[in-house]
Amino acid sequence: MLEITCPFCGPRSETEYINGGPSKVNRAESPDGFTDSEWVDYLILAPNPLGPVKEEWCHIMGCSLWFTITRDTVTHEILPSPETSNE
Amino acid sequence: MSKGSRRLKTGGEIDRSQIINFEFNGTQYQGCQGDSLASALMANNVSLTARSFKYHRPRGIMGANSEEPASYVELLGDAASGSQPITTIVLREGLRAKAVNCWPTPSFDLMSVNQLIKNFIPAGFYYKTLMWPNWHFFEPHIRRIAGLAKAPERAPMSGQYESRYWFCDVLIVGAGPAGLMAALTVARSGARIVLVDDGSLPGGDLLNTKELLNGQPSKIWVNNVIDELDNLKNVLRLQESSAWAYREQNLVIVTERHPAPKQLIQRTWRIRARRVIIASGAIERTLVFKNNDRPGVMLASAVQAYINRYATLPGKRAVIFTNNDSAYQVAEDMIAAGIEIAAIVDCRKDPAPTHASPTGDIVHKTNHVVTKVVGRRRVRAVNLRSNATGDIKTIACDLLCVSGGWNPTVHLFSQARGSLRYEDSLSTFVPDTAAQANVCIGAAAGKFGLQEIFADALEAGHRAAIDCGFKILELSAPIAQTSAPYSIEALWHSNSDDLSASSFVDIQNDVTLHDVHLAIREGFGAIEHVKRYTTGGMGIDQGKTGNINIIGAVANQMNVALAEIGTTTYRSPFVPIELGAIAGGREDSAVLPYRHTPITQWHKDYGATMYESGAHWRRPGYYAKVGESLQQTINREALATRENLAIYDGSPLGKFEISGQDAIKLIEMLYTNQFSNLKVGMGRYGVMLTEDGRILDDGVTFKLHDDHYLMSTSTANAQTVYRHIQRFLQIERPEWRVWITPLTTQWSNATLCGPKARQVLSQLNSDIDFSSHAFPFMGLREGTIEGIKTRVCRVSFTGELSFEINVRSRDALKLWERLFEIGKPLDLVPIGSEANHVLRVEKGFLSLGHEVDGTADPYDLGMSWVMSKQKADYIGKRAVKVRRGQNRARRELVGLLTDDPYRLVTEGAPLTPDGKLEASEGFVTASVWSVARSRSVALALLADGRNRIGQKAYVRIKNDVIPVTITQPCFYDADSELMRS
Ligand SMILES: [Zn+2]
Repeated sequence: MLEITCPFCGPRSETEYINGGPSKVNRAESPDGFTDSEWVDYLILAPNPLGPVKEEWCHIMGCSLWFTITRDTVTHEILPSPETSNE
Repeated sequence: MSKGSRRLKTGGEIDRSQIINFEFNGTQYQGCQGDSLASALMANNVSLTARSFKYHRPRGIMGANSEEPASYVELLGDAASGSQPITTIVLREGLRAKAVNCWPTPSFDLMSVNQLIKNFIPAGFYYKTLMWPNWHFFEPHIRRIAGLAKAPERAPMSGQYESRYWFCDVLIVGAGPAGLMAALTVARSGARIVLVDDGSLPGGDLLNTKELLNGQPSKIWVNNVIDELDNLKNVLRLQESSAWAYREQNLVIVTERHPAPKQLIQRTWRIRARRVIIASGAIERTLVFKNNDRPGVMLASAVQAYINRYATLPGKRAVIFTNNDSAYQVAEDMIAAGIEIAAIVDCRKDPAPTHASPTGDIVHKTNHVVTKVVGRRRVRAVNLRSNATGDIKTIACDLLCVSGGWNPTVHLFSQARGSLRYEDSLSTFVPDTAAQANVCIGAAAGKFGLQEIFADALEAGHRAAIDCGFKILELSAPIAQTSAPYSIEALWHSNSDDLSASSFVDIQNDVTLHDVHLAIREGFGAIEHVKRYTTGGMGIDQGKTGNINIIGAVANQMNVALAEIGTTTYRSPFVPIELGAIAGGREDSAVLPYRHTPITQWHKDYGATMYESGAHWRRPGYYAKVGESLQQTINREALATRENLAIYDGSPLGKFEISGQDAIKLIEMLYTNQFSNLKVGMGRYGVMLTEDGRILDDGVTFKLHDDHYLMSTSTANAQTVYRHIQRFLQIERPEWRVWITPLTTQWSNATLCGPKARQVLSQLNSDIDFSSHAFPFMGLREGTIEGIKTRVCRVSFTGELSFEINVRSRDALKLWERLFEIGKPLDLVPIGSEANHVLRVEKGFLSLGHEVDGTADPYDLGMSWVMSKQKADYIGKRAVKVRRGQNRARRELVGLLTDDPYRLVTEGAPLTPDGKLEASEGFVTASVWSVARSRSVALALLADGRNRIGQKAYVRIKNDVIPVTITQPCFYDADSELMRS
């Protein structure tokens, strides 16, 4: 059970959050500008490194904020990351 | 020592005046207050306490704490529990225990025939057997003989498990000399601490030895420290509690085996600490020689514990076999207790222990090893072999104390991903670099001298307190007796030609040196492979006493250093933990309580059978009348809706208000169809997709005012849809000015439906005009009904004329009762979700979890009309385009009519080509008795279904095939004129 720091509420246990998977590039304004295979790649390819990965979490049992953390997939260490998705 | 009893007249941490009655394998015994089950059995001269896992060899007690590899018991009666080490069970009045792995008793075990077939169960047996010749040939036999205790058949009759979260500055694991010293240091600083210890008494190894501190028995110092800690408000002390898992961000899981509140069976603490001090001590390891598992072979430290703490003699005439100095101190205590020492066998050429150099009659055999134990159900003698000459000598004894050296208990440190290094001078792995905010101290750090341990603990305590921002007071350590420096020479197994299959490296799992050698020969030399191939170290005891001997044997065999072999991964739990303790009180209803509408009590009073109907809402399933069958009830309710008048409680429906200048932009992104041309006071049905183009949800959204909308979602999906929207807004479009307010529980609704619905409304005192020209289908009107503020929506999930009357939840019951009063003369019938299901299937309306199964898109369900051609973009549009471009046959929604109109097909049943036993071409998504058609009807997703309408298909059920005709997926009012009326 991770301890994750919500930018709004502070450090809380993982049970208060839901994981939204690794961060992806933002959704395009005009998906029609992409080929089929480009769009399929966007849909199904998620970063899956052995090491630090940026991922989205939502403080669903708290303030409902979606934010980004950088987590090491090997050690579960949450690395300092000043950014949140809505800044 | 009286005949039949091995209890000393004096000494020990037991109270001889308090007799405790207990049962073991059906026989009644007596022990004393302070006994463990192991010590009480030993005092009663019971030496055969178990049978081994695979071969059912006779086994006895080998350890004194959680390291015990051989004797595991099952607790019976109200305290029923699976396999527990016999050594950690505190004796309590009425305790009933039974040895595992033997039937009927350890001394007469019918399964021991397995000893004769052991050559057929070598390393890798399971892997080989699973492939050839046929696992099923062996399985019944293996299942009967292997495995440990049976799980208790029922939950405890009284009491409950509890789960707690806790936070502290410093968590200290272990209340031995190191843990107590560290705890005192931190506690005095004012930091919040938790001190966890798995023994029944604090003191750790001090309980087992005769150490003096400050010139007094160590017990005095221990009691003083405990008294001080127990009087501090910043200290939480958990005794008889095992820290069994170390997780991310310094979370340590601790299970308290006997919490103080009587109603609790066990309590599990999930403790998040800023700093963790691991003072878990060290575990003595066994030595490997032939028959090293016989009853009467014990760890030297355990023998010391039984003598000093439990005042019990494990034997009368002993041989000690060691490769290090610590066993000499044990010899001193054994002599003092009256045990005759036949010989001390030391593999080292020139040991120089300062403790108790053997004197008098004791034979001191240096440069010798024990090669074999003689005796089957009890040690009768041992064979020694001189390393120099190879001569073999036999010495009679009933007890063999082995000491293979000490392993720091690094389990938690290693679970926390701390790295280990091999320390040559200690012949063991010690903590190297911590991966979290923790530190190992004392014996857990490979420091075995008492004074050195205290110094280590003081320093670690200081550092932890300062790290947490606390000031330190002056504190000094007690003065220990001059303790001898510790020295050891590695010995992984006795060198002998007679190393047959009964030299055990993992006593619990019956893994022998022979198995390890076989694994290496067969190419499984990496230590993690050896572990899995032989199952060495995979038992309940996790190989606490034997793992390093496996590593040593592999290193020897492959001729590399132990440091290169490394250890296997340490995993939780450190000791066996009951599943109930892990779950705690977190049962379903406690974690996610049911949700009830304000009308619930009315439903129950009216005879409703309540169901869970998604998202933990409880809702009426049906209202049975006396004498009705379930089908009759459903038919009556459904028919009332079609022909007359019905009412249902639609309160759980998901409801959201969406407002702001970008509200319509959001709604257009969420739904596949167009909403921008919606007029105020009107609603529209819409379908939402996930980004990969599959249906997420459907519902109606109304325009309340400009930039202000009311969205409804399915009951079960309200939370999912809310997350979906929030995620899109917060991550993808944070700049949009739009707000979402969840209102599901703020508004409740009563839905009137059926041809006479308007008759009821016309009798209500209301400022709303309910006539069809003033209030069209899909309209929304705000006003009051009987003085209650209301929003009425003309939507229909049944296909009939229908008004959804929404009111504030506090007014819901009042509204409902008033509607019922007016509706009664018109034969108004309340209906439940069963009838609702029939009505929606008759209409072919889609339902989540039925037709919407996570793979379907609107085209599959025949809803191409809902896919806007005008909108440039909406969530899922591009993905649907990709899918539709592939031109592969899809499963499409169709209706099914059975040849026999009275035959119902099974929901979920597959359709197969011509009913043959082949891969399915679809499945039945819903199947009901239609009151409108007086026959069975069904919906299905069927490959290329729309092109096959009018043709036959076949539902395949067990041992039968049901022929059906494929139809349009709507069985009633195909033009939907009634609901618009
Ligand atoms: Zn938050």
